[in-house]
Amino acid sequence: MAKIGTPRTPVREQDPALRATNFEEVCLGYDAEEARREAERCLNCKVPRCQGQCPVHVDIPGFIARLAEGDVAGAADVIARDSSLPSVCGRVCPQESQCEGACVLGVKFEPVAIGKLERYVGDWAIANAASRRQELPPRNGKRVAIVGSGPAGLACASDLARLGYEVKIFEALHKVGGVLVYGIPEFRLPKERIVAREVEAVKSLGVEIETDVVVGRTMTVDDLLDREGFDAVFIGSGAGLPRFMGIEGENLNGVFSANEFLTRANLMHAYDEHADTPIYTGKRAVIVGGGNVAMDAVRTAKRLGADAVIVYRRSEAELPARVEEVHHAKQEGIDFRMLTNPVRVLGDENGWVRGVECVQMELGEPDESGRRSPVVKEGSNFEIPCDVVIMALGTSPNPLIKSTTDGLDTNRRGCIVADEEGRTTRRGVFAGGDAVTGAATVILAMGAGRKAAHAIHEYLSE
Amino acid sequence: MFEVVSKRFLSPNITEMKVHAPRVAASAQPGQFIILRVDEEGERIPLTICDYDREAGTVTIVTQTVGNSSAKINALNPGDVFLDFAGPLGRPSDLLDIPEDQLRGMRILFVAGGVGTAPVYPQAKWLHEHGVRADVIIGARTKDLFTYVDEMQQVADVYLATDDGSAGYHGLVTGLIKDLIDNQGHRYDHCVIIGPMIMMKFAALTTREYDIPTMVSLNALMVDGTGMCGACRVTVDGQTRFTCVEGPEFDGHKVDFDEAMRRQNMYRNHPKTHPADHKCECGVNNVK
Repeated sequence: MAKIGTPRTPVREQDPALRATNFEEVCLGYDAEEARREAERCLNCKVPRCQGQCPVHVDIPGFIARLAEGDVAGAADVIARDSSLPSVCGRVCPQESQCEGACVLGVKFEPVAIGKLERYVGDWAIANAASRRQELPPRNGKRVAIVGSGPAGLACASDLARLGYEVKIFEALHKVGGVLVYGIPEFRLPKERIVAREVEAVKSLGVEIETDVVVGRTMTVDDLLDREGFDAVFIGSGAGLPRFMGIEGENLNGVFSANEFLTRANLMHAYDEHADTPIYTGKRAVIVGGGNVAMDAVRTAKRLGADAVIVYRRSEAELPARVEEVHHAKQEGIDFRMLTNPVRVLGDENGWVRGVECVQMELGEPDESGRRSPVVKEGSNFEIPCDVVIMALGTSPNPLIKSTTDGLDTNRRGCIVADEEGRTTRRGVFAGGDAVTGAATVILAMGAGRKAAHAIHEYLSE
Repeated sequence: MFEVVSKRFLSPNITEMKVHAPRVAASAQPGQFIILRVDEEGERIPLTICDYDREAGTVTIVTQTVGNSSAKINALNPGDVFLDFAGPLGRPSDLLDIPEDQLRGMRILFVAGGVGTAPVYPQAKWLHEHGVRADVIIGARTKDLFTYVDEMQQVADVYLATDDGSAGYHGLVTGLIKDLIDNQGHRYDHCVIIGPMIMMKFAALTTREYDIPTMVSLNALMVDGTGMCGACRVTVDGQTRFTCVEGPEFDGHKVDFDEAMRRQNMYRNHPKTHPADHKCECGVNNVK
């Protein structure tokens, strides 16, 4: 073990000025030596607070101890017991509010870089996948359909395949990965090098994936059970329905949902001149919101050549985005306008955006979320000139499945009602991830997919 | 992969293709659409379903070359494949919700323009199969630009209108609607209009004068087509709606057509979508 107080091993990153002009990954990750050095900082606490804060309870001290010994394969095995997507989670989890936020070292010094270590192990496992093929149990003759190939669906499918089920994933889009491919940009999560390889790993377990099937339209959940002969269905259809503010001018040309903007860039590769799908960023793009999606959108706009601005109604302390994304965005020259809220999008005579009228906010009393709620400063209206406005205000679950499945209850927010293990109000139908919780994180969705896999196993073993 | 089973030219730049897509064919209903992709670089392109054969597992699409992506579709030949062909998307036509006994007594008018003619066909055919013979007005700039007239005549009573008088009524579809009602004694309980946005706008204004409940099928811009992106949002009766999941058919008397047309042209000047030399030939007046 390294001496307590040894500084955290810095991670190599692309130079901010350069990376703000390309879509290559920002963070370059640790090499073997850096990973081992960082792993040696772990105190291997008797009561690992980090593990308690991980939504899927990865044995963090366990994998880090293997890594410190130079046993990367052993570390990968430890993580694989609880997580099927370490390369993804190491890159996109909000570590500062989960594992790293609980690290004892962080009290006086800097926490262990758990996310970067997990990423290192995950990437090693991808690179060495061929030599790590696992023995699969014989098929038990039961079939499970999974709706959606995002983190919840992939995790659920992996676990069920390992339990001997014949599993088939139905994906609405043309690419597999859900939000990992349409939502999170290449510069944060490489699609071919990481996502596609993680998907291959799931397929290598015998999981079949069919794209271009929109459940709720092409087939219903009932079709899957009755006509296609599946014994159970897991719904991991995510939260893809974008919210708008409901303010004047929102349908002007040049106003996009972050989902549209990011889908054009990520799924359709609109930033590539060879791709047919167009995208507009204008000269100046204003992105409304403070979450990870807002950071992804603003940094994408910047890379496409726009002067890119974040407008957020609370203060910097309340930004819900990962600290690393905010830090990276600032390094890349993103203009942050805090305590600012749009009240109207302004258009020119041709119906295109010419600016956004905002008001200044100040923080009042804490609201039910515990955050101080923003209050409008009367008479503080001002204009930010721009030609593109991107709304990154969160998303809700798509109503398509609910509206075509009898007996499947949803709550007031349109989320599918399911218990802790993913059992819905419809027997034989399970759900998890954003479709149940509303927009959350990759790790929570993955955790929900795994819990549901075990509930499905229990149900089909009755 | 989805194989092109057959292809024929309806005009020099409009093709009809039957595509093998058994899952789509099994669920397709009149009024719905599909989204296809030609190749890895290709856009997701929404197209209204023009016919389907559940037994053969095929879906018929009609495509007019207007830009790079539609040119890619029309370059395919039988034996070639679409990388993706997802659907059916959107809601089926409202006609399918009307009880059969009520439907039988209804007098229904379709107004079709340009490449919107083929998408009218599955609805007219469906009505014909349910014992209703509808009137179908088809408008074009000149007679050489008509498509799907023979097919339509098998299932409906067809009335043609040309801007230049080369066939049928000499004038716009709006004039023919009035002529049928005012001079030929036709009465209608329901109207469905499919065609270029500007034609739908004015045809809907005309049916409004006669208080005929009217649906229009909007061909808004889309990316995913499943309710994820909101590119297709349209204002109907003051409310923002998503064409892909709540449409594509909306009350033609409540759609904000001016906004819809402006939004539809959002990428018109984008170098990726429309080559600079494109000349619109969709055959309906007022389209620039």
